[in-house]
Amino acid sequence: MSVELNGAQIVIQSLKDEGVEYIFGYPGGAVLHLYDAIFQQDDVKHILVRHEQGATHAADGYARATGKPGVVLVASGPGATNAVTGIATAYMDSIPMVIISGQVPSPVIGSDAFQEVDMVGITRPCVKHNFLVKDVTKLAETIKKAFYVATTGRPGPVVIDIPKDITDPRIKVAYKYPKKVVIRSYNPEVNGDKAQIKAAVDLLLTAQKPIIYSGGGVVLGEASKELIEFTQALGFPITNTLMGLGAFPSTDKQFVGMLGMHGTYEANMAMHESDVIIAIGARFDDRVTGKLDEFCPYAKIIHIDVDPASISKTVKVAIPVVGDVKPVLKQMLELIKDSKKKPSKKALESWWNQIEQWRAVKCLEYDRESRLIKPQYVIEQLYEVTKGDAYVTSDVGQHQMWAAQYYPFDKPRRWINSGGLGTMGFGLPAAIGVKLAFPDSEVACVTGDASIQMCIQELSTALQYKTPVKIINLNNSYMGMVRQWQEFSYESRYSHSYMDTIPEFVKLAEAYGHVGMRIDKPEEVRPALEEAFAMKDRTVFLDILTDRTENVYPMIESGKGHHDMTLRVAPGTSTDRELA
Amino acid sequence: MKHIISILIENESGALSRVAGLFSARGYNIESLTVAPTEDPSLSRMTLVTRGSEDIIEQITKQLNKLIDVVKLIDLEDFIHIERELMMVKIRTTDKTREEIRSLAAIFRGRIIDVTPTSYVVEMTGPSSKLDAFIAAIDGDTIIEVVRSGPTGISRGEQGLHL
Repeated sequence: MSVELNGAQIVIQSLKDEGVEYIFGYPGGAVLHLYDAIFQQDDVKHILVRHEQGATHAADGYARATGKPGVVLVASGPGATNAVTGIATAYMDSIPMVIISGQVPSPVIGSDAFQEVDMVGITRPCVKHNFLVKDVTKLAETIKKAFYVATTGRPGPVVIDIPKDITDPRIKVAYKYPKKVVIRSYNPEVNGDKAQIKAAVDLLLTAQKPIIYSGGGVVLGEASKELIEFTQALGFPITNTLMGLGAFPSTDKQFVGMLGMHGTYEANMAMHESDVIIAIGARFDDRVTGKLDEFCPYAKIIHIDVDPASISKTVKVAIPVVGDVKPVLKQMLELIKDSKKKPSKKALESWWNQIEQWRAVKCLEYDRESRLIKPQYVIEQLYEVTKGDAYVTSDVGQHQMWAAQYYPFDKPRRWINSGGLGTMGFGLPAAIGVKLAFPDSEVACVTGDASIQMCIQELSTALQYKTPVKIINLNNSYMGMVRQWQEFSYESRYSHSYMDTIPEFVKLAEAYGHVGMRIDKPEEVRPALEEAFAMKDRTVFLDILTDRTENVYPMIESGKGHHDMTLRVAPGTSTDRELA
Repeated sequence: MKHIISILIENESGALSRVAGLFSARGYNIESLTVAPTEDPSLSRMTLVTRGSEDIIEQITKQLNKLIDVVKLIDLEDFIHIERELMMVKIRTTDKTREEIRSLAAIFRGRIIDVTPTSYVVEMTGPSSKLDAFIAAIDGDTIIEVVRSGPTGISRGEQGLHL
């Protein structure tokens, strides 16, 4: 069966054939043909954002929550450049996305035409791959390739730049969406090398002080079930990276918390003292390792990753396994079950005893008697009110770390944040994307007074598409994380981390057609959250005035080893104080 | 240490900039880079000379392999290989120096391919070190212009870089 379609119809029909549910976009000159094709069909729904950055983050949130690729459509020039921050955000966290950008007509490319920008050039360093379509007969195949590249191997964003003349409605060509594409230069390794897998298992079974260090790759690779079975079979402690939270249930006894700069004391100490580490879909990010020279000095390291370039990039590993985490973990689990050798019970018992001593430090305790609202308390209450089952998106800063520390995620894809790029403004549009995917689930956006202002215009999108998310604004009038670093490293010279004027968020929320609530007493937090989540069909903006001086603890300060953590002076004591 | 990396890459616009962009983005050095189509017009062969520790070279080859347009690559250091570079040198000549330049060029198996009353162009191929030696042997003040292709290389024996 072959039908004749014009370029614009081919794009929309290809997306439909790819199973795309939503396009997040914003129209403009170079994509008018495409928007006309969108207008004439109902299968692929278009979500009109208020700024292209919002489109990319919303598509990204949708992708992180569902595992399906997010799709973005933007115009040429400023429309395209506005999308770049969101593309880079997805790239750093390996999120599958396909971004279609309009381009000026082919004959005028290179002439500095109106709204012309070299999108392929600009995005080259922050995409997995990009295409400039030069021939309408190649359009469907290119779209198929883009989805194939975006979703396989180590996922990532792919840009398709389409000049306006390619979507000309007058030029029709035969359309057939390919079932499969082959790219001769692209064959991601899936299963892993059997000998390496065997060597890894042998090493694991001799370990005395082992730890499992798993990351976002387990979430992306849908390997949560395998990770749980693997961890249970071995009885080892497990820590997750910021991106890996939820892949192993955080409320499980074997879970020692997140690791890294604001990870738990027990997770970082266990990493430091361990003799065998298995890194699963994690990439030894600098926020995890701290000072590289002092990272895990006693450990032999096994590393499973689909991306060979992630292996031995910053930390040398003993046993690399290149492959998808899911099939590799399955094979390892079989070998462990079949093996006569079992992990040493005695060694593990003494190792767990050691870990319990680190746990007893209670590094996450905070002042529960304070008369001020402690941000940690807000997150704990959010956890209880949502019964630990919400999708939580966040922006970037202190609130992000508190959400990661105090909302124990038990399922993958529930915790949605910009880990690699650290993009402020991510949380709200991402929450909208998640809510569209899961309209019956609770979606909370944990944010701060600085971050929320970076994509606040998407409150308007939330109203138009009826995506009732709950915005938890931990308002301390500061860019809290910047202020904290200035306190620690710059003798409290709070250079431009304070905004003299911030909007009245309640009125702002109301102006956008939503419900606004202002909370300034600890006893009001719980009832306000309950009231907000009871309003099923309303977006609610909770402006919560928190302790302005609170810091994120524990912390590995810049340049220090991961065993050298700064803890709260005395666990549980008050940190209420005046800022200098 | 110097490494010559040979790359088969899709002969598509933008492929070169992906490689060059990768090197600048990740702070790797490119000493030289040559590209030309192969007998298969859909493929280009790129020869890239870079320097770095073993760890850095490993990262470079892994990152290059990650580029979707890169079909295959080898590090020629891993093979017994032949290295050749083409050089043309324009030299100012006088009655006194012509004979000396001719004999020097002959020693280095160079050829004089352009002659004017006041200049020669000497063409020479060989490993880069030989070309360096020729430059060092002639009077620097007489050199008008030097153009070098950058090294290319190929492994010895039957094995080779192909699809």
